[in-house]
Formats: sequence, C-alpha cells, structure tokens
Amino acid sequence: MNGLFDVPVLGLVFQLLDYLVTVVTLNGPIILALATPLALGALSGVMCERSGVVNIGIEGMMLASAFVGWFVAALAAQAMPAAPSAFFGITPALLIGLLAAVLCGMLVSALHAWLSISLRVDQIISGTIINIVAAGITGYLDVLFSTNPLPTAGKFAPFVPPDVLTGLPLVGWLFKMFLAQGPITLSVIILVVALEILLFRSRWGLRTRAVGEHPKAAETVGIDVIRLRYRNVILGGVFAGLAGAWFTLDFGNSFQGGMTGGRGFIALAALIFGRWRPVGAFLAALLFAASSALGIAIRTTPPSGELGTILTSIPEEVFAALPYIVTIVILAGVVGRSIAPAADGQPYERESAT
Amino acid sequence: MVARVRGQLMVPAGAIVLALLVGAVIIILTSPLATGGFDPTLPLVTYWAIVQGSLLSVNGLIDTLVSATPLILVGLSVGFCFKAGLFNIGGQGQFLTGAVTAAAVGGVLSGAPPFIAAPIAILAAMAMGAVYGLIPGFLKAFTGAHEVVTTIMLNYIAIQLVAFLIQGPLRAEGSSFARSADVGNSAIPVIINMAGGHQAHLGIIFPFIAAAIIWWVLYRTTIGFEIRTVGANPDAARYAGMRPRLLIVLAMSVAGLLGGLAGASEILGVSGYMPAAYSTNVGFDAITVALLGRVHPLGIVFAGLLLGAMRAGAGLMQIQAGVPVQMIDVLQGVILFFLAADIVVRRVFRIHAAAGGVEELSTVTGTYGGKTTASQP
Repeated sequence: MNGLFDVPVLGLVFQLLDYLVTVVTLNGPIILALATPLALGALSGVMCERSGVVNIGIEGMMLASAFVGWFVAALAAQAMPAAPSAFFGITPALLIGLLAAVLCGMLVSALHAWLSISLRVDQIISGTIINIVAAGITGYLDVLFSTNPLPTAGKFAPFVPPDVLTGLPLVGWLFKMFLAQGPITLSVIILVVALEILLFRSRWGLRTRAVGEHPKAAETVGIDVIRLRYRNVILGGVFAGLAGAWFTLDFGNSFQGGMTGGRGFIALAALIFGRWRPVGAFLAALLFAASSALGIAIRTTPPSGELGTILTSIPEEVFAALPYIVTIVILAGVVGRSIAPAADGQPYERESAT
Repeated sequence: MVARVRGQLMVPAGAIVLALLVGAVIIILTSPLATGGFDPTLPLVTYWAIVQGSLLSVNGLIDTLVSATPLILVGLSVGFCFKAGLFNIGGQGQFLTGAVTAAAVGGVLSGAPPFIAAPIAILAAMAMGAVYGLIPGFLKAFTGAHEVVTTIMLNYIAIQLVAFLIQGPLRAEGSSFARSADVGNSAIPVIINMAGGHQAHLGIIFPFIAAAIIWWVLYRTTIGFEIRTVGANPDAARYAGMRPRLLIVLAMSVAGLLGGLAGASEILGVSGYMPAAYSTNVGFDAITVALLGRVHPLGIVFAGLLLGAMRAGAGLMQIQAGVPVQMIDVLQGVILFFLAADIVVRRVFRIHAAAGGVEELSTVTGTYGGKTTASQP
C-alpha cells in the first residue's frame, strides 16, 4: 500500500485520496453539522420549487430566523433561567427560541409567497428583496446589540453516542458522524427521508409535483394551485427557520451580521445538484460540507510528507473559497442535465370563470 | 407619454415615502437601544440629520457626489444586465476585483507620471472587472448555470481573493494592519478640496460619462437593440438571427467593466490604498439603484444620487441621532421592497398611470433551473 505513495506524481494523487478518506472519517461529525443548514435550505427549496415557486430568498430567511431564534431565546433565558437538562442540553428558553426561529421562517416565507404568488412579482426579485432586507435589518440590529450586549441563552448540546457503537472498527466513525450531533442536525436526517417519501409516495406529494409541472392541468382536476403553493412555500419556511436556528442555537450560540455566509445559495446549488429530490439534495449538501471541512482539517490535522508540504503551502483563503468554487463548478457541470420542475418560476394566473 | 413618465416617477417616489414611514417605525421601536430611552421623535431627528449631512451644505453635496459615484456605476452595471434579461448580483465581486487590481497596478506605478499611471491603473481595473463579469456570463450562456447563484458565489470568492492578495503579495511594508501600498501618482486627481477632509476626485464625472455611453449603446446602436431584444424575448431574438449566448457574455462583461471602474475610482480616488478587509455593500445597493431608476440610465443617475445622499448623510445621522449607519441598508432594502410590490404603492397613493414596469425581469426567472430561454406560460 505504502509503495503506491512513492510513485512520482501519481503517488501524490494516492496520498491525496488517502488523506481525503482520513479527513472524512475523522471529521464526519463536523461534515454532517456543516451540511445541516445546506440540507435544510435545500429542503425549503424542494417545498417551494416542486410546487413551482423559485426561492432565492432562503439565505435571507435563514439569517432572519438565526437572529430571531437567538434574540427570543436570550430574552426567554432572562425571564426564566434554567439549568440545561441532560437531554440535548434543552432549556425552556432554547425551545422558545427554536419555535420563534421556525415561526420567523414561516412568516418570511409567507411574505415571499404573497409577493410571488399573489402579487406575481418576479420570483427572483422577490427572493432577492428578502435577502437584502433581512441582511439590512439583522445587520442594523446586530450593531445595536453589540453596543447593548444581550447575554446568550447558550445552545443545544450534542448527543453522546455510546462508546460501544463509535468504537466499532470500520463503521464506528459513521455512528459518530450521524449520532454525535445536536438535535437540529439529527432531525435533518429524519426530515430528509420523510420528505422524500411524502413527495413521491403521498397524495400531497403527487399534487405538489403536478402543480410544479403543469399547474393548469392540476387546476382542471380540482387542485387549488394558489392555495397549495401558499401552503408549501410557508411550510418550506419551517426548514429555513430550522436552518437559521442551527446557526445560533445548535452550532453556535451568538449572532453576527451576515453569518449565513451564502449558505442559502449553496443550498440552492445542492437542490439543483440533487435533482430537486430531498435525498439527492442531502447528499449534495454533504459534498459541499466536506469541501468546507477540508480547509478545517488541513489546519488542524495536516497530512504528513510531500503532500503535507504542498497542502499546507496553499493559502488558507483558497480553502475558505473552496465551497463557493465547488458550487460554481457543480452548477456549471450539472445544470443542463438536471431538469427543473416545468412550471418553476412561473406565476400562476387562474383563468377567469366567464 | 406624459402619463407614462409620471407613472415612472410616482411609483419610486411613493416607494421612498412608504420606506421612510416603515423606517420611522423601526427607528422608534429600536430607539431604546440607540439612545437609551424610548423616543418617538427620533425618526425626525434621524431624517433631518441625513438631509443636513448630505444636501444642506457644500461639503455635504461634495460627499453626496463622491458616495454616489460607485452606486451609479454599479447601478448602471445591474441595469445594463436587466436590459439583457440578466440579474447581476455580482457587483460586489466585480467591484472588489477591480479595486484590488487598481491597488496593485496603482501601487506599482506610484512613481510614474500621474497622467500615465492613473489611466493605466483604471484601465487594468476595468479589464479585470470585465473578466470577472465574463465568467458568470460564459457559464450562463454555455452551461445554463444561473447567474444569480454564480455571481453570488463569485462575490465570496472575490472577498477571499482580496484577503489573500492584500495579506500576501500586495501587503505594504511597515503598516500596522494588512493593506496595499499607497497608490501615489496613480491617484485620481482631486478637483475640489474643502476644509475638514471633504474632497472630490475627478472620478465623480465617470458615472455621468458612463450613463451617457450606456444610454447611447442601448438605444442608438444595433448591439444595444439586440441586447434589449434578448432581454425582452430570447426566443424572438434567436429567430431574428441574433446570438443570445454572445450577447449574454457581452452584457455581463460590460457589467463587470463598470463594476471594475467603480472599484478603481474608490481606491484611486478616495482611499488611496486597499485594506485586506475591504467591506462594501455596493452590489446590493446597486440593485436598489437600478430598480429605483426604473432600469434607465438617466433614472439610475438620479437614484444613485439619492442613495448617495443617504450614504453621505449617514455619518451625521449616527452622530446626531445615535442611529447606526446600517439604518441606510434597512431603508434601501425597504425601498426595494416597495418598488417590487409596487401594487401596494399604487393602492396607497391611488396611482392609476401605467408605470411601465421592467418586463425583462421575467426573463431572469424564466431561465432559472437551466432553461436556456424563458418560456412564456
């Protein structure tokens, strides 16, 4: 095995592959954690785009929910201080914050629905407005709260899987990756599977896809296109709200302006790469998260030997930019072959009953 | 015609009035955080300070022109793309790559004769901005990757690129923080110099020249006609023998060029060097400028001057009212909201005149998801 590493040039490739495997196995938990907002954002996108509404505003929805979740949790923690329970470190304040974040996601989504479904504002413009307004207001409030600091409500604690499982040879890292997580990340796996099944195996799923592919045909068989689109877009806000809560209540415990860092858009790329399917989008989110984790891994556990010299000499900014570069490359390579729902982005106008 | 122009003016004006009202509510609600006590008169103090700081003095007017320069240039960039049915959210990245190029070339040429150094640095920045705009244009035209996502990704990449270049190869010796060398003779000459650091550089005429050229290209040349046709109806453009792909790449490159010019004018005209963490909101601001100006070069000039005045007055606002300058971002966002939801504005102000919305916007969403052309329902 090690002989392969000494082959000129090709040896480096083997070393890199070997290192990538090490990165994934050692950093499984962080990869899944970083994939959480991407996967949840993509699920929000699935809800909207499968029913024919483009949602560029996921980034803004996440940002608004991240702020509201943090803010409400902090206020609640002051009103009712409580020691974190052993179960996920749950406190009443954190649960209230989580609920507020989800409600915020639904509310902002309702705004997007109203703008794009009822007012028939161009959907990409509507989403962009949500991004800009959310960034503006949270940035403004962030500055105000940085001069009037609000004590944090803390954050959820990750689950600690039993050593029997994580200690298993070969598969132990998988248990660690999928179980040693906070409650929001753990719920993602369930939500992805549930939405995949609902979308392709339930009456609601069939109707949703019909409305996204051919709204006129759906209307003629008695489906209320406008109502279903409203419902799906607002429910999609639940996922965006959870993604926002992940930033300030699960992964971190404080809010910074612009902290979503474009993840709402990477989520859209994951959605496209995953062919508008929940499981596909989740796998794509893992790939994007792994590209983020690579930068972290090279700083914390750099590879040894020749490869180590090369990788550590690459400036850290390259790794910071890597998820964005990967997003562009994947979009450019995949878009033509990944087919969007046919009515995605088209406002629906009911024919007048005259 | 008169009714159309009036409609075009009424909706933006109404959007601004409603945004100021919403802004007032936000200022009152957050007044305990800003001033330490609940203060229902704070919006008046805030808005008066903005007006005072931007329009009611020569210094304020100079600051307004200087602040408006990048806003109008990037606003023209966004507007030009809208005309081609493209949504350029990459103003920030194009601005930053232009700015860092201006800082690099300007730093190298800092000892060269001024009339050679400044033009070369500006042209280099414009070229770099154009290249940075060409990338998403090319990706859109030949792979179908939608520019809304790719341009935003390129913004984040540009931030990292600037951080790397300024902390690494371009870092100036002997400064306490990471910054590029002084541009010296490459600086754009100062034409107005008032006491208290209120200066205007020659670059404040760039937006007006650029607006005139963009207007001429769009409405008086064949290529401009083709760009507008592609934006209004890509299918019709193709049947008429135009080449939408080429036009998309061209439009994005021109947009990038304008962004690069804006970056150059800020570095060479205002700061004189570039710090590693150069923060700018110009890409988002420019979207408001373009839509407030109804995607017309003349309108964009006025919209840019208006938002430039808000930026120029923000400093005095923070001093006098205690409201953070980020309030301007909030106001711009809310203006944008009411511009898009113009039906709200029309109902409130009972505007019946046709406002001539921006039809090309339907092309923007129509091509989302890899469709090469917008199919009308």
